[in-house]
Amino acid sequence: MKFSDQFEARFSDMLTHYPTKRSVLVPTLLYAQDEVGYLSPDVIHEIAQRLDLTELEVSNVISYYSMLTTKPRGKFNVQVCTNIACMLRGGEELLDHCKTKLGIGHKGTTPDGTFSLEEVECIGACSWAPAAQVNYDFHENLTVEKMDKVLDEYRKN
Amino acid sequence: MADVNITVDGKKVTAPAGTLLIEACKSAGIEVPSFCYYPNLSLQGACRMCLVKVEKMPKLQTACTTVIGEGMIVSTDTPEIHQARKGMVELLLGNHPLDCPVCDAGGECELQDMTFSYGAAESKYIDAKNHKEEQQWSPVVFFDRPRCILCYRCVRVCGEGMDVWALGVQNRGVSSIIAPNQDDHLDCEECGMCIDICPVGALTSGAYRYKTRPWEMKHVGTTCTHCADGCKTTLGVRRSDTGMEIVRGDNRDKSGINGDFLCIKGRYAFDFAHHEDRLTQPLIRKDGRLTPATWEEAFELIGKRFREICDQVGGHAIGVFGSNRTTNEENYLLQKFARVVLETNNIDHHRTADFPALAAALTGKPEITASMRDVFNAPAILLIGNDPTEQHPLLAWQIRNNVRLHRARLYVINSQPIKLRRQAASFIQIPEGSEGKLAAFLAGEDAAIDAITTEEVSRAAWITLRDKLRGEPNLVVVFGAEIRGADIASVAKLTASIQGAKVVCLGDYANSRGAADMGLYPDLLPGYHRVADTGKFHEEWATVPRAPGLTLPEMVEGAKAGSLKALYVVGANPVEQFTIDPFSFSNSFVVVQDMFLTETAVIADVVLPAANAYEKSGTFTNTCGDLQLVKKAGEVTGTKSDFEMIVRIAGAMGFDVRRLVPFGRGVGTDMGQSRGAQSGEADRHAVWLEANGLEPKMSSFDPMAILDEIQRLVPGYDVSRMNILAGNDQHTTLSSSGPGALHDSKLIMPAQDNLFSSGTLGRYSRTLNSVIENRHKQPAETEVAAD
Ligand code: SF4
Ligand code: SF4
Ligand code: SF4
Ligand code: FES
Ligand code: FES
Repeated sequence: MKFSDQFEARFSDMLTHYPTKRSVLVPTLLYAQDEVGYLSPDVIHEIAQRLDLTELEVSNVISYYSMLTTKPRGKFNVQVCTNIACMLRGGEELLDHCKTKLGIGHKGTTPDGTFSLEEVECIGACSWAPAAQVNYDFHENLTVEKMDKVLDEYRKN
Repeated sequence: MADVNITVDGKKVTAPAGTLLIEACKSAGIEVPSFCYYPNLSLQGACRMCLVKVEKMPKLQTACTTVIGEGMIVSTDTPEIHQARKGMVELLLGNHPLDCPVCDAGGECELQDMTFSYGAAESKYIDAKNHKEEQQWSPVVFFDRPRCILCYRCVRVCGEGMDVWALGVQNRGVSSIIAPNQDDHLDCEECGMCIDICPVGALTSGAYRYKTRPWEMKHVGTTCTHCADGCKTTLGVRRSDTGMEIVRGDNRDKSGINGDFLCIKGRYAFDFAHHEDRLTQPLIRKDGRLTPATWEEAFELIGKRFREICDQVGGHAIGVFGSNRTTNEENYLLQKFARVVLETNNIDHHRTADFPALAAALTGKPEITASMRDVFNAPAILLIGNDPTEQHPLLAWQIRNNVRLHRARLYVINSQPIKLRRQAASFIQIPEGSEGKLAAFLAGEDAAIDAITTEEVSRAAWITLRDKLRGEPNLVVVFGAEIRGADIASVAKLTASIQGAKVVCLGDYANSRGAADMGLYPDLLPGYHRVADTGKFHEEWATVPRAPGLTLPEMVEGAKAGSLKALYVVGANPVEQFTIDPFSFSNSFVVVQDMFLTETAVIADVVLPAANAYEKSGTFTNTCGDLQLVKKAGEVTGTKSDFEMIVRIAGAMGFDVRRLVPFGRGVGTDMGQSRGAQSGEADRHAVWLEANGLEPKMSSFDPMAILDEIQRLVPGYDVSRMNILAGNDQHTTLSSSGPGALHDSKLIMPAQDNLFSSGTLGRYSRTLNSVIENRHKQPAETEVAAD
């Protein structure tokens, strides 16, 4: 399994930060996911070997964190918050709108592989609720119209 | 460590500093309930059942993670605690199926007990329960997810205890589930530790599930009949059409040398006893075919033929081949039968380790043999050769857990990268066959260093290692059958040179050590006395010939040449194990005592259906020399113990069996009343007599009569009878044994069994076979670090 040079540089640097190898597991998984798109059996195998863990241990950790996934996702992962502040300010409507517009449900992916949708808990942007996160970018004070624009922007890319 | 004083429920309790509160309470007889806590596993603090009140601490504390502190005042049973525990049980029952009436654990389930104690059976939940079908993870392990209470005991025992790491936890919070390492199945050692440790019925075994209820069985604590480590196993038996059926094996009674441990063989491979090929009728060859016959016919025929040969040619024309799985009493009796009744020294057995050379190296010196318990407690262990993970599962468990719990230093020297290297402070690979040289070097013979110096291991490294070992007081040296003959003296010399050090010699099969100790050798009597020397055996038995008899290969030659007229095989399969040409015995009269029609039994003239070690009483000696009781658990109608058969053959030969089995002696005693007001008196009397080996032996089939003689005549076996009868292990010694012998090393043939094989016996275990088949279908796992 081959990762980018940047990944390798980060990986070897991280190893020096902790007393045991296994401690770098979570960030490594995240970087690998960013690069490959999801945590494929190959990725799990490779990381398990590098960190002297069983594949079972690696998948245990993946299953613990909802940010980590073993299934391929769309190019843009739309995460709509429906936790309390966002819910009060229309987060749920926003999610419903996304569902209709993209034609997919929670954890679904559009057939062309462009978008995935996820309903998430608080993303820490309550002051600007309702909020959504697409990959690592935040979009705040959303309305249905604003959301449409956001999605259209991404579709263009 | 310094002692700490605490008060629990008004009781003063003193325990060493560092003790966990839950253990301190236990030592004072106060039980704190727990699910996730398990002694000797890492702390989990997951179930909150052990909550107790510690004064000056704001909230209830988990007794399983709290270390005692001076002056702590603890209450373990207040209404507040009761309520908290009840709440925990209620939550656990939230999605629990409560299918106790069909659950294997029903009747011995910790959750059931807690529900009865705290009464939370009625739930406030109205939601439908989340059901998931039972899954089969391996031929041995089944998982019923809804029953799981997420205590993680299984995960920890598999990883920390077994070093297999086959179980994990997936997801988080209430959705957590226990998962096997291969998506939907397990690739593991199939030890069943996870099943036995599960407090509920979430993990169940293929061997026992849905078969019976715990209270319907009789539980018999006996010794495992497979490898030479001698685990104590508790067999659950139940009446069946053909006698008593063994339905379960476990080690509920954790008093054995194995503590919590049993491997797959001790736990599940009792099923050979009920294999459909089991012989239940004597067979006599008539017109070239083995035909069912009566016991009378069979014994009469054997008696007549043996008598004829003895009278016409002499006992030296008969060969006797003993077993590594029969009891000490049977082995002793068999060689006595050969020597006293047949008047021949032609007796041998499948030798898997060189115990006579060990005896030769140790006799007359201070005692330095280690017990299986020592292996768990020694501060340092040197392991030369063997692969205990496969061949001595208990020994491997003792070593691993000694390293994990006591930080013992493990030195592994092997020609292969065996799995125990993962626990080793130092692992050195040496060329195959150089183990003897290694021993010589370690014992101080510098010239031997050349044979073990390689590109990877320099001379300097060897010298450093040797110095290090010399500075390891109380070291336990364990060596495999790679080291034989004179090389054993080197190991003994090394051991003797280190302060407090002890030694273990590894043989295979449940009673291989016993077979050796009891004198199944053509040149050695019980206790490694030479047949040529005068001594108590010659005095007592009078007729023992002085010239050494034939070894097995010599017997085969004799049979081919026509000088060996008969062969008597008890509980062994030499034709298969030594790949002997079956036609070698075409002209000899062959008698075989076995459970099955083995490769050896098919060439016999008479086959006698034998009981196995789970169906009779006696003692076994494990490879360390620990003597333990074997108790009758199962029973299959139509079989007899080897003991009885030997005695009956002697009788059929017209021999006075009183000279063979000293029964009818002991104190002639009035046993007193067995009923009424004085009955207790009689019981105590009987117990005392038994403990002192003085109870009257009324029958010539009573193995205890022979145990009396063993304890009297075999050096090192004069251990406490009381302890043996109580099911405790007693270490025998070699320092006062006979002079032993240096045999041709080629006569030793290690069994090469692995975790899932067990000589001829293993072939008749459905469990072992199904695991082996299953493994062929699955690719092997890759190994990872032990941290
Ligand atoms: S049977 Fe033994 S090795 Fe297999 S999962 Fe259970 S504890 Fe682990
Ligand atoms: S399967 Fe049994 S031992 Fe394992 S976590 Fe569940 S309840 Fe505990
Ligand atoms: S380790 Fe040996 S004695 Fe113990 S259960 Fe396994 S086979 Fe039996
Ligand atoms: S509730 Fe939506 S960002 Fe906090
Ligand atoms: S036993 Fe203490 S938390 Fe489980």
